[in-house]
Amino acid sequence: MKFNRDFFHRFGIIFVLGILITALSVSTESFGTLSNLTNVARQVSINGILAVGVTFVLLTAGVDLSLGSVVALSGVVCATFAHPSQYPVLVPILLGIATGGLCGCFNGLLVTRGGVAPFIVTLGMMTVARGLALIFSDGKPVANMSPTLTNLAGDVAGIPIAVLCFALVALAASVFLKNFQLGRHIYAVGGNENAARVAGISVTRVKLFAYTLCGLLTGLAGVVLAARITTGQPNAGMAYELDAIAAVVIGGTSLAGGVGTILGTILGVLLIGVINNGLDLLMVSSYYQAVIKGLIIVGAVWLDRQQARS
Amino acid sequence: MLVAQGLSKKFGDLTVLKAVSVEFRSGEVHALMGENGAGKSTLMKLLAGLYQPDTGTITWRGQPVYWRSPMEALAQGIAMIHQELMPIPDLTVAENILLGREPTNAWGWLDQKLLQAEAVAWLKVLDCHLDPQTRMRDLTVAQTQVVEIAKALGRRADVILMDEPTAALSDHECTALFKAIRQLCQRGVAVVYTTHKMDEVFQLADRITVLRDGEWVTTQPASDFTPASLISHMVGRDLATVFPALTPASPEVVLEVQALTREPYFRKVTFQLHRGEVLGLAGLMGAGRTELVSALYGLLPATSGTITLKGQPVVLRNPADALAHGVGMVTEDRKGLGIIPGLSVQQNLTLTALHRFTQAGFILGAQEKQVSQAEVTRFKIKARGLTQPIRELSGGNQQKVLLARMLLDAPEIVILDEPTRGIDIGAKSEIYALIGQLTAVGKAVLLVSSELPEVLALSHRILVLRQGDLVIELAASAATPEKVLSNAMPL
Ligand SMILES: Nc1ncnc2c1ncn2[C@@H]1O[C@H](COP(=O)(O)OP(=O)(O)OP(=O)(O)O)[C@@H](O)[C@H]1O
Ligand SMILES: [Mg+2]
Repeated sequence: MKFNRDFFHRFGIIFVLGILITALSVSTESFGTLSNLTNVARQVSINGILAVGVTFVLLTAGVDLSLGSVVALSGVVCATFAHPSQYPVLVPILLGIATGGLCGCFNGLLVTRGGVAPFIVTLGMMTVARGLALIFSDGKPVANMSPTLTNLAGDVAGIPIAVLCFALVALAASVFLKNFQLGRHIYAVGGNENAARVAGISVTRVKLFAYTLCGLLTGLAGVVLAARITTGQPNAGMAYELDAIAAVVIGGTSLAGGVGTILGTILGVLLIGVINNGLDLLMVSSYYQAVIKGLIIVGAVWLDRQQARS
Repeated sequence: MLVAQGLSKKFGDLTVLKAVSVEFRSGEVHALMGENGAGKSTLMKLLAGLYQPDTGTITWRGQPVYWRSPMEALAQGIAMIHQELMPIPDLTVAENILLGREPTNAWGWLDQKLLQAEAVAWLKVLDCHLDPQTRMRDLTVAQTQVVEIAKALGRRADVILMDEPTAALSDHECTALFKAIRQLCQRGVAVVYTTHKMDEVFQLADRITVLRDGEWVTTQPASDFTPASLISHMVGRDLATVFPALTPASPEVVLEVQALTREPYFRKVTFQLHRGEVLGLAGLMGAGRTELVSALYGLLPATSGTITLKGQPVVLRNPADALAHGVGMVTEDRKGLGIIPGLSVQQNLTLTALHRFTQAGFILGAQEKQVSQAEVTRFKIKARGLTQPIRELSGGNQQKVLLARMLLDAPEIVILDEPTRGIDIGAKSEIYALIGQLTAVGKAVLLVSSELPEVLALSHRILVLRQGDLVIELAASAATPEKVLSNAMPL
């Protein structure tokens, strides 16, 4: 029942997603194949992890523009400590994630204690993290990563590990937001910050948590990307924040905070992923891809909001 | 002049207005009366074009009309003052009053002088001397309300719909508003008015329409009603406002305040609060009552002075601190500092006491639901269900949710700032009884209210504030309305 309601709320997105999938299955031979679907899942997993993370921040009525740069920084840090037989494989992984967490925590501190607008704080972090990535890597890709780590870009029982990561993160996030006290507090702070404070909620703590968690997940995305491209690329992740935020907003999360679900975010991520994949399969030139992608996204959200209003 | 014929309105599968027909005449104050959730605001919003009727027609100057938006209604001369105030917080008072019809020259250049002058003129009509340059976010709820009224007056509308305009006002501003309303009527304006203050209706209204559960009950000249008959029409049975008998307070001091100061709001305030006592705070708008209790709740910490709770000096930096020390509060600003509009009734209700239904941070859903259901029943909260977003509830029912939220955390000291604001007469009695119950079990209550009879009847002692100074303490037996008022008036 509850699920049903969520489902129909997101009707517009599901409708467009359904049409796209049907159209692509009919018009191309390769779309419906298992290998392509696995491929789509693999492609969306990084954007998916980022989108789940930034959902938390958007729910508090904040924003995080530093995702892409932090992905690069985390990847570089991870790769730097991942040379063969240097450290156990867990060390670079955890360091990469921690780097992201640190950046997120920093964002959170400046937003809450510093009282600086999230847009400005994370815009600053965007350039700072990119700069740090270039400094640490000396501007060159950090190669020579241990195969134990790069193997993590592979599959387990036919399912890409990255996809498993995304699924796990999404599931945990969804349960957290629905069933944990801190999750409820995130909605309250985003819905009416002053009223939340009056109700006895520590707004600072809640926001700090949201930014830090977003940072940790960004770090994870950075590690997953480094493993896939087998290098720490200081120039990786350009504009990743845009796709992530777009996915979240497509999924019905309000930029004004307080409203949104992880289920919606997943749908948004899938929509963007299917569009990207489909346009590739149809061999649409990348110039046209950009135009078509933009139109489909705006159209889907428009349909969705029409539906929600009635 | 304005006629509603068989208006019905449904939200989802809930019919909130059932074929209501009323005629509003020019030069007349027409009061809409009814309990919380009776459909008064909904009817007004239909007339003002904010909602569209499902069935029925609105006739305006003999023509059937269909407003698609408030703008259309406004253009035809129908203005509305909303129950939930809608100021633009970062604009100034003057800019808000003249919003959408700012004086400009042919090039669109804003004439600041004229803007200020006109704003001041409209405020003066209401006997209010606010600086027109103040930002809206710095105003109290009462001041905001005055500005909203001035804004509607300034539209020179032919019909003004006023949804509980006096809910946040004290007697002084009310008097000025009534004077302004009478002037409007003389000019032939039709005023539609709702309130939960009984005495007001009889002072002001020419005719009264009673709604109950979305249905039209009766429309009669005000002189044909008595307070008792009006109430029985509204409630559907006889009901009198009953104040609970005061149970004697214990001598035990639970809260002691010493020379508490926060300029420019209040200074050197010293008093004690006892177990089982209701301490009333009286004063005019801007006397510093809200700011004082906000300091005791950590919302607007004092800059000097001490707060002692049960013998322990404490520093309250934020509401979380206060709650941890057993101090709970329901603020007067329901919309800004109360509800989380997008969350459900249940989620709003359990927000403060959520830690009681969690295990290692995990919310025990069944328990949360069960407790919420019990509270909704206990407070007779009218909602479609626990999952309905609180923003869809009528004002009075939102207030009950907020009261329930605070009490669920079982504080020892309960601060109530205008607890009966916008609450119907039946619910008022329930809240009075509730205050009686609270003190009977040994809680201490700090009560701020602009309704003098309420403060007088409920309090053991009354403190009168005047422009931030505590001027006198009156024992319940010694307090009369005249005594309170004469002390509250600025010298
Ligand atoms: N947007 C909405 N969506 C769903 N239900 C609504 C909406 N607005 C109002 N209602 C419901 O309609 C009923 C009537 O509400 P209304 O606000 O008209 O009451 P009211 O008479 O003004 O009460 P009060 O004295 O508390 O202000 C209530 O039960 C309320 O929950
Ligand atoms: Mg109302």
